[in-house]
Amino acid sequence: MNLESIKSAVEEGVPGCRIEIVENSSPSAQHSLLVDTGHGFAIAGFLRDAAGCRFDFCSNVTGVDWPPKELSTKIKVKKLIDGVEREVDELRKTLIPGYLEVVYHLYSQELKQGPLPLRLRTADRDAAVHLPSLTPVWRSAEFQEREVFDLFGVIFDGHPDLRRILMWDGFIDHPMRRDYVEPDDYEYEPTAHDEVLQRARQHMAEAGGR
Amino acid sequence: MSTSTYPLSPSLPELAPGAGQEQLLEISMGPQHPSTHGVFRMNVMLDGERVVRLKPVFGYLHRNHEKIAESETYLGSMPYTDRLDYLCSLTNNWGYALAVEKLAGIQVPERAEYLRIITGELTRLLNHSCLLGFLLQDMGSSGTPLMYAFREREKILDLFEALTGARMMCNYMRFGGCRADMPAGWLDQAKQVVAGYPRFLDEYEKLLVSNEILMERTQGIGVLSKELAVNAGMSGPMARASGVNYDIRKVDRYGLYERFSFRVPLGAHGDVYDRYMIRFLEMRESLTILNQAMRDIPGGPIVDPKMKIRGFRPKPGEAYGRIESPKGELGFYLISDGSPNPYRYRVRPPSLINLTVLEDLCLGQNVADVVAILGSVDIVLGEVDR
Repeated sequence: MNLESIKSAVEEGVPGCRIEIVENSSPSAQHSLLVDTGHGFAIAGFLRDAAGCRFDFCSNVTGVDWPPKELSTKIKVKKLIDGVEREVDELRKTLIPGYLEVVYHLYSQELKQGPLPLRLRTADRDAAVHLPSLTPVWRSAEFQEREVFDLFGVIFDGHPDLRRILMWDGFIDHPMRRDYVEPDDYEYEPTAHDEVLQRARQHMAEAGGR
Repeated sequence: MSTSTYPLSPSLPELAPGAGQEQLLEISMGPQHPSTHGVFRMNVMLDGERVVRLKPVFGYLHRNHEKIAESETYLGSMPYTDRLDYLCSLTNNWGYALAVEKLAGIQVPERAEYLRIITGELTRLLNHSCLLGFLLQDMGSSGTPLMYAFREREKILDLFEALTGARMMCNYMRFGGCRADMPAGWLDQAKQVVAGYPRFLDEYEKLLVSNEILMERTQGIGVLSKELAVNAGMSGPMARASGVNYDIRKVDRYGLYERFSFRVPLGAHGDVYDRYMIRFLEMRESLTILNQAMRDIPGGPIVDPKMKIRGFRPKPGEAYGRIESPKGELGFYLISDGSPNPYRYRVRPPSLINLTVLEDLCLGQNVADVVAILGSVDIVLGEVDR
């Protein structure tokens, strides 16, 4: 089955879903399917179970961070300058909002077809980073979705055990994001000594400072 | 449409102190436990000797390989792939080179493909011999089988050293070929090693395959069903021991594997013993591939002459390349934005994904079996934690 027929089969099988083909311009020509978040789980189930698709094997799950981009385009604008109409270049800036993307590489053990990349995108990179977890469909996503959560900060709704996997539990940021800044000292912990200094500073301030 | 979901980890027993639960014992196996093959920890809950819960803990060797590779040029992370699965650096090189070749549309000369197949299959021999040694060491046969395996491994490492200059961190493959051609006399030396290998396998098999203690410890232990193996993304010997016919050398026919005749051994029970035997049989198939490759290797260039080493910038796009590494499906997913370093670089680690079912395999078994089951999964922590 080629990508077009998979797309039309999904559109028939999961009514109301939005699905589009993302072209890949590199020589590998591995085009992928971008599906909408709301129907992501149903589409995954359909791809696994429907005859002709039978993508029963999910080999790879990974995240990609696309930070917001500022595109600046030059456009010609006609303007009145000193009473004469002239064509002037004007820089127009458009902000393309960023998003996080999760890519699943599917394969069919039964029909020996694939790999088929399946993409899901979050609405933004800050608050709406929720995606449906596909672990109930493919168990192999269990650790890999945990890894995407850990390193990219995508929250998978419906994941049975969404915890950090590679970084430690108290870690705060998501290191695979493009704008991640490393801490100066990973192992810094406030010590009793810091507390004493803090108290001393406070005391001096209260005492009027010197 | 309703989607039937696959049962996740078997339901956990209520672990709060209460009726009949006072006897549960939580132990932490690892990270410094010798049977965990590195720094890997399992939180095991025991009822007597029986495992009722097992949670693996990862990340002790995490250094964010992917992030480092994204700030490096494409070629710059080639030596770093050696450190993923440090027993099999050559197949790691191959997987990465294959993904970049797909991304940039590079052709590989025939001689280089043969060199890749020879080194790749030697790596498989090496990995499987070592794994069998480790597994038996874990089960308490102290020393002998492991030393036998290491003796053979040493011969292969000598070949690697003569060819690539390094025993373990080979850094041998390049995009569009290999880095160095065979030195004089190398092929004869390799033929000798391969010709001597069946003798070692026979000896090993005689020593262990029908050994009663080994059979007692491994048969019917850690059974993995075929359905779960497919759904949980098992690959490599793990999947084939459960009867899943999935060998990327046959499925994708990458390299020149379609020219070689070899069989894919499949297991029937999916227990530790099958996983153990599959590796024996695979080594014998590797030997037939090696014999064919060393007989037929053609002359010619070992790297695509049109390939640019400096200033290598693939066109924007993405590619997923995968090979059959000794551990399973080793994939590299790359996204290029046209700059000299990859925008996204992802390793699909077979060791980590094969651990997904560790809890399912161990539940209901004795704590001593956990060691054997983990040994039969075949993990290298450099790849699990990346």
